[in-house]
Amino acid sequence: MHLRDRLARFDINGAPYVFIAPFFVLFGIFGLFPLGYTLWVSLHDWSLLGGNEGWVGFANYTELVGDEYFWNSLLNTFAIFVIATVPQILAALALAQVLNTSLRALTFWRIGVIIPTATSIAAVGIIFTMMFSRDFGIINWLIGLVGVEPIAWNQERLPSWLAIATMVDWRWTGYNALILLAALQAVPKELYESARLDGASALRQFRSITIPMLRPTLMFVVTVATIGGIQLFTEPLLFNPGANAITGGDTRQFQTSAMYVVEQAFTGQRFGYAATVAWILFAIIVVVSLVNSLLVRRIRSVD
Amino acid sequence: MTTPLIPVDRILPVLDEPEPVRRRRRRALGKASPLTYLVLTFVILASVAPLYYMVVMASRPNSDITSTPPPLTPGDQLGENATRVFANPDVMFAQSLLNSLMVSLVATITVVTLSSLAGFAFAKLRFRGKNVFLLAVIGTMMVPVQLGLVPLYMLMGWLGLAGSLWSAVLPFLVTGFGVFFMRQYVSQAIPDELIEAARVDGASTLRIFAQVVFPAMRPAVAVLGLLTFMERWNDFMWPYLTLSPENPTVQVALSRLSGGYYTDQALVMAGTLLATVPLVLVFILFGRRIVGGIMEGGLKG
Repeated sequence: MHLRDRLARFDINGAPYVFIAPFFVLFGIFGLFPLGYTLWVSLHDWSLLGGNEGWVGFANYTELVGDEYFWNSLLNTFAIFVIATVPQILAALALAQVLNTSLRALTFWRIGVIIPTATSIAAVGIIFTMMFSRDFGIINWLIGLVGVEPIAWNQERLPSWLAIATMVDWRWTGYNALILLAALQAVPKELYESARLDGASALRQFRSITIPMLRPTLMFVVTVATIGGIQLFTEPLLFNPGANAITGGDTRQFQTSAMYVVEQAFTGQRFGYAATVAWILFAIIVVVSLVNSLLVRRIRSVD
Repeated sequence: MTTPLIPVDRILPVLDEPEPVRRRRRRALGKASPLTYLVLTFVILASVAPLYYMVVMASRPNSDITSTPPPLTPGDQLGENATRVFANPDVMFAQSLLNSLMVSLVATITVVTLSSLAGFAFAKLRFRGKNVFLLAVIGTMMVPVQLGLVPLYMLMGWLGLAGSLWSAVLPFLVTGFGVFFMRQYVSQAIPDELIEAARVDGASTLRIFAQVVFPAMRPAVAVLGLLTFMERWNDFMWPYLTLSPENPTVQVALSRLSGGYYTDQALVMAGTLLATVPLVLVFILFGRRIVGGIMEGGLKG
């Protein structure tokens, strides 16, 4: 076989792999390898300066079970996740419905709802932290107008959860509304038309057509929100500015698990233990996502 | 490969070639009522209120910020506050803007280039295992890479890049979203005939990509470039952990500003404004494209 034929053959058979290789190689090195290696590190006593100081098996994991700071961070993470995500998905659904009508200045409204997503997390954290400040924050002033006493938002547990959930929702609701809107527009109009002819109410149409048709997209949105929510880090970090930001308040009232990973790794210099927390978080994300997918798949049209 | 968290049977329709989109004006579902506009107006106000508050605070002296009732209109101190941000030696604001620009640009260029290559292969070339690879790409979008931060930090040390700007860029040279996005675009927008004609003329695959396909991908390149640039400009967690103190990106500089000077709220807000304005401007200029990109990029199972 001549070289030329070989080259031509390689061009047909080999080129596609050459084209997709950079993605997989780079993702493998900087995405997948670190995540997988986290498990290996978690089985060792591994410090920032000393490096690998030996195999300890599951010692880190048994320590984790008795670590109240870890459980505290997990409680905070889940509480904020639920408080943020449930209203966010419902609001995004409602907003998508509203945007799916014949609007004037369509693009203007769409850009309007997405502006928060363009704002950086750090900016959101800083702006909202100021809005929620106890003495001069605009939120306390506003609730004061209707006679509510000022709230020390970052001192107490529930208020701090609410404040952080507000930041998350402000940034993401519009974005998710757009994704759901794209899915709404893909629903064949004939379905609604024939439903109308059959005399189905708007609510009935929503329940029997819209929700089932949106199921895959809803699942995508919920999964992404889960992955993001369980890794929540920046908003709570900036909610307590100062030297001890990483502890999430004086009594760790809003320290999330991602913050705890960072605290153990960089403040405590315990890479092995930090990796253990990270790996458990990863396992939780997988489990919660599977549960989500089961729940979303349970949504059936009511015939 | 972790199990894709989206059930495969939901994704499989995605593996069929997307239908070419015929641009036509959508027949609306219903008439928008005044109530609809009222709701939307409220939503827009809620969207811009925190940013407006930022402008108010950034343009006032601290004495105004700590007064009751709080100021509700912008003042005239923005110039002074901004000057103080740039003059602050601890924050290195000017340097941080430059750093952010470099990090965002490098990542944008590599993401767009490598995504175009891979997206083209997935859309138009035939090879064994294509669907498996494509599912793997979609799966990578579901992998919480942030959680690998401990070994990632070690890896940067092994590479001798700890603390450098490179360490902030390397994890973001490719994105699964980018590949998937480009594949969708090429499938829909570039006819097979174009590629076959070039093949008949004896062009190699790379040449077809470079001279035929890539030039026709300009709209998608613009959208993916914008989205990627924004995302990298706004990155916080990883740069915050990896960058050395003398090498901050603008978001890290902001967190330092808010951590060290939180009693000087006018200064902190002016810095936040300076870091946010360029992006909001980009957004207002190219918003239509970005909105289109987000709506096209969502997984349509």
